[in-house]
Amino acid sequence: MRKHLRQWIDTRFPLTRFVKHELTEYPTPRNLNFLWNFGFLAGFMLVLQIATGVFLTMHYKPDASEAFDSVQHIMREVNYGWLIRYLHSTGASAFFAVIFIHMARTLYYGSYRVPRELLWWSGQVLLIMLMATAFMGYLLPWGQMSYWGAQVITSLFGATPLIGDQIVIWLRGDFSVGDATLTRFFSLHYLFPFLILMLVVIHLVALHTVKSSNPSGITLHAKENIPFHPYFTIKDFFGLGVFLIIFCAFVFFKPEFFIEPDNNIPANPLQTPKHIVPEWYFLPFYAILRSIPDKLGGVIAMTLSILVFTAMPFLDRCKVPGGAHYRPVYRVMFFVFIVDVLVLGYVGANPPGGMLTTAGEIATFIYFALFIILPFTSQWENRLLARKKDLPEEALRLVREEVMEQYIDSSQEDKQ
Amino acid sequence: MSNDKLIDGDSGAPSNEERRDFLETGTKALAAAGIATACWPFIASMNPSSDVEAKAVATIDLGGLAPGKVETVEWQGKPVFVFHRTDEQIADMRSTQTQLDPEPDAKRVVKPEFLVVVGVCTHLGCVPNRSGPDGWLCPCHGSLYDNSGRVVRGPAPSNLAVPPYHFDGEHKIILGKA
Repeated sequence: MRKHLRQWIDTRFPLTRFVKHELTEYPTPRNLNFLWNFGFLAGFMLVLQIATGVFLTMHYKPDASEAFDSVQHIMREVNYGWLIRYLHSTGASAFFAVIFIHMARTLYYGSYRVPRELLWWSGQVLLIMLMATAFMGYLLPWGQMSYWGAQVITSLFGATPLIGDQIVIWLRGDFSVGDATLTRFFSLHYLFPFLILMLVVIHLVALHTVKSSNPSGITLHAKENIPFHPYFTIKDFFGLGVFLIIFCAFVFFKPEFFIEPDNNIPANPLQTPKHIVPEWYFLPFYAILRSIPDKLGGVIAMTLSILVFTAMPFLDRCKVPGGAHYRPVYRVMFFVFIVDVLVLGYVGANPPGGMLTTAGEIATFIYFALFIILPFTSQWENRLLARKKDLPEEALRLVREEVMEQYIDSSQEDKQ
Repeated sequence: MSNDKLIDGDSGAPSNEERRDFLETGTKALAAAGIATACWPFIASMNPSSDVEAKAVATIDLGGLAPGKVETVEWQGKPVFVFHRTDEQIADMRSTQTQLDPEPDAKRVVKPEFLVVVGVCTHLGCVPNRSGPDGWLCPCHGSLYDNSGRVVRGPAPSNLAVPPYHFDGEHKIILGKA
């Protein structure tokens, strides 16, 4: 019966072939470590955010006079409304945490390099769309932080030369953030996740074309690959379990951890809160914005700080396989970058002034300087490692094996 | 090294396979139970929220309702007819019986002088109108109900529903709780 059903489907839709090609026979490097779990986790977060979002929409009202109260209604009166909302609000933070680790892994192991540029770039677009979605979603509870966050970010577009003011009014649909802004943000906040979902499919098609990178940085020979299912489905689910323990700890014990207290005050267009901070995942970029004394300059710097990752495949000229693991200079640069981003985050979270402003300026300088010097350091790294004669033992072994395999393969083909 | 043997398919004893099957089935069952549990809050969130539940019970004061008069009150978003019947009407209802959905009048009231029925036609949900002293007529398809809310003439298949209610003192009823 089962066999017949499968045959019936397979003559009409390539189900069996698809499962084989993408799961049960999809070759995955056997040396992937747990940092390779985060793509799967990001996918899980997307699904969770869409699911909780759809159910929140059943009770939420995108109207300036009702939005704040409808969120309170969800929290107090809707069955499990508190749970669904906290899953969604904590989920936004978890999504960014997962994405940042996913990106850091790509940077550390050089997964953006040939032939994975399109994979990396589609990921960049996904990041920008995720940021836009998170930003628009943050307005919906219509609290003080929501309101003034939207006011500040939409004002950024006012830095556009000549038509800045018109663009801001067009974005808001009003002379200040108001009901029109809320309604359109809600509409787009509902639309974007589905666009993200489509782009994720493209991201996955690109991934399955070039296959996963791996810690060694070398394209492994067939014998070093194992099927994705069951080996990596199990590994991904195990990782999901660990992730969910941390995630649920926040959802159930510290649900307000990621919610600014001021956002429990209804939006008031006549009164700005004493200290405005964006959500933590925007802090480093916010710090860069504040560190540039010029308005237009700050906006450009902030935009560049996100877009600059796109240039990584061009900036990195190193030929050494594997990521930071086998590249002493790049490894130092990577960790300097991580520390720098953390410093920027700290600066962004605190009121500007004194030492912190200086620290922010220095950190901003280092942020961009690292990208600018990368073409030179990576070429220098080439020369440095060539002079050293030997690659690290592990890399050498892998290169040797790959060459051997190719030799054996070609000699077998010759015999045939 | 004995552990290696357990997981090595080539040298493994048949009993290990059983153990593995048990573990696999157990894991899958636990995962299925977990997913089902995780779905519950989402499904439950679509049930009436507590502010809607609060509207499920209505208190109605019958003090001002003169004999022979009908008052329509709203309960759970539906019209409810509260009819203060005269002794004559009570006696009339007690002595008659209907054909379509036979039910004695005594079973349809808590106190004989007050009839409480949901004013929604059991045919297709229209609200019947008071058609004079003898009952209600549905404007949609002409179903006729008597002074006990029982259907006298079709197409309605059954009598007007009696909501759960109880008296709180002489002249007050709590709708929604029997």
